[in-house]
Amino acid sequence: MKKYILDLRITENIWLNKTNVLIKATHSSPLPEILPGQFAELRVDGTPHTFLRRPISINFVDRTRNEIWFLIQTVGNGTQQLATLKKGDLLNVVFPLGNTFTLPREKESQILLVGGGVGIAPMLYWGDELKKKGFTPVFLLGGRSAENILELEDFRRLGEVHITTEDGSMGEQGYVTQHSILQTTIFTHIYTCGPKAMMQAVARYAQEKGTMCEVSLENTMACGIGACLCCVEKTKKGNTCVCTEGPIFNINELIWQI
Amino acid sequence: MADLSVNIAGLKMTNPVMTASGTFGYGLEFQDFMDLSHIGGIIVKGTTLHHREGNDYPRMAETPMGMLNAVGLQNKGVHYFVNEIYPQIKNLPSQMIVNVSGSQIEDYMKTAEIINELEHIAAIELNISCPNVKQGGMAFGVTCAGAAEVTRAVRSVYRKPLIVKLSPNVTNIAEIAKAVEEAGADSVSLINTILGMAIDAEKRKPILSTITGGLSGPAVKPIALRMVWQVAQAVNIPVIGLGGIMTAQDAIEFLLAGATAVQIGTANFIDPTTCQKVAQGINDYLEKYGYHSVSDIVGALEI
Repeated sequence: MKKYILDLRITENIWLNKTNVLIKATHSSPLPEILPGQFAELRVDGTPHTFLRRPISINFVDRTRNEIWFLIQTVGNGTQQLATLKKGDLLNVVFPLGNTFTLPREKESQILLVGGGVGIAPMLYWGDELKKKGFTPVFLLGGRSAENILELEDFRRLGEVHITTEDGSMGEQGYVTQHSILQTTIFTHIYTCGPKAMMQAVARYAQEKGTMCEVSLENTMACGIGACLCCVEKTKKGNTCVCTEGPIFNINELIWQI
Repeated sequence: MADLSVNIAGLKMTNPVMTASGTFGYGLEFQDFMDLSHIGGIIVKGTTLHHREGNDYPRMAETPMGMLNAVGLQNKGVHYFVNEIYPQIKNLPSQMIVNVSGSQIEDYMKTAEIINELEHIAAIELNISCPNVKQGGMAFGVTCAGAAEVTRAVRSVYRKPLIVKLSPNVTNIAEIAKAVEEAGADSVSLINTILGMAIDAEKRKPILSTITGGLSGPAVKPIALRMVWQVAQAVNIPVIGLGGIMTAQDAIEFLLAGATAVQIGTANFIDPTTCQKVAQGINDYLEKYGYHSVSDIVGALEI
């Protein structure tokens, strides 16, 4: 798939809560083909404290408006600087990078998309793609409390949404893996993105049930295009670049101790 | 258009801009972003005799105006390179150069002998300065005797231009440069990364799995510039300068200090089209000041 380096123009900057901002951007020509699960390397301008680009998942691609969405959690100087982008500003982006999720074969597949915190980001675009292809994805979103459940209305438009919060302020109290839906429904496919501990718990559940499961990794990286070899994950094939062989991995490829 | 061509002991390049090993993959990774014919020479990833898995993750830490890496020469070995990579890169429109690394003299020699047979590999860059591998690499590069020994051994089996990449982690880099010149090097490139360290205070742990790693990026540029200047005074072979070059202006500073060519490294991670921009910017500078050729500004520092 061809990769591009483009100056995108910001169309919207929406704070979803105190730490998460949704940035929408467009381009004068139609955005290239972008697959669910892929990511972009965003250049951080205007700060002497951030040197490298920031790898950010592609949250959604709105073809009717020619917009790409980035959901950014402000954790350090780089992401804080990105969050200050306003309508009309330019954002230099290298994209689309990485691989995509594996599409289930049968339309009757019982598909669960599990997202934790800002890890819900790739699940919106993937859920949209699944729905467009005639599947019926079910979503399970987790967060510390109600305010950490992001883009809920967008997910509800795509299918059934289940929620867990650690403080019980929304949905069932506990972690995603404790949700009752996992006791009552047998899923054939599980896709997950979120904190590593959450993905490992989901992977353990999938392994016990023999369910096909893919996870989206977010190892720290520099280039995003397979040149620096910094973002490696240990897999059955040895040290493997998350940026080119991932970020989506089947749990059977990984050698996690789960 | 000024004359940007350079000739390093028979290594003829259309311009003085090269890519630093380990920052540009095999060139193929960057083809979507730019026409590779705009690059004078592409130095591909460090290649060793045998497959190497490299170091454990985490291998990278961002630091002020730079980054530390501890990749540890991950590569699939020279035989894989010959069979799988070489056919894909041999016709790329730039001079292709292989960076050769090892932990024993015999490994360097065997690897160089194999590369010597590859028609479309124009030169070798001998890596005696990798700070991220326990045995060898830098062990050769930090003493005059070690650096000369490995250079002489590879020289005896390799017939094309031989560039030796020097470590900055030494007391007197000019002495090392003289030693490898004496041992038969056609050119020296410097600097490799500077040994550094990053700590996560919250976790009270080092960030890199190897604790220490190699620092690169603009943070190291003044040190690199000083070393290039010192080495250029000390040797008669062409010097290739690298260390934190982000722009054409940075590159020109290295040329003025005495470098015949430059390498772009870490900048490729931030802007994959940097090499093209730097080559264009050098041309613009030469035209602006009325220089006919890039060689006119090599070592033209006025003191």
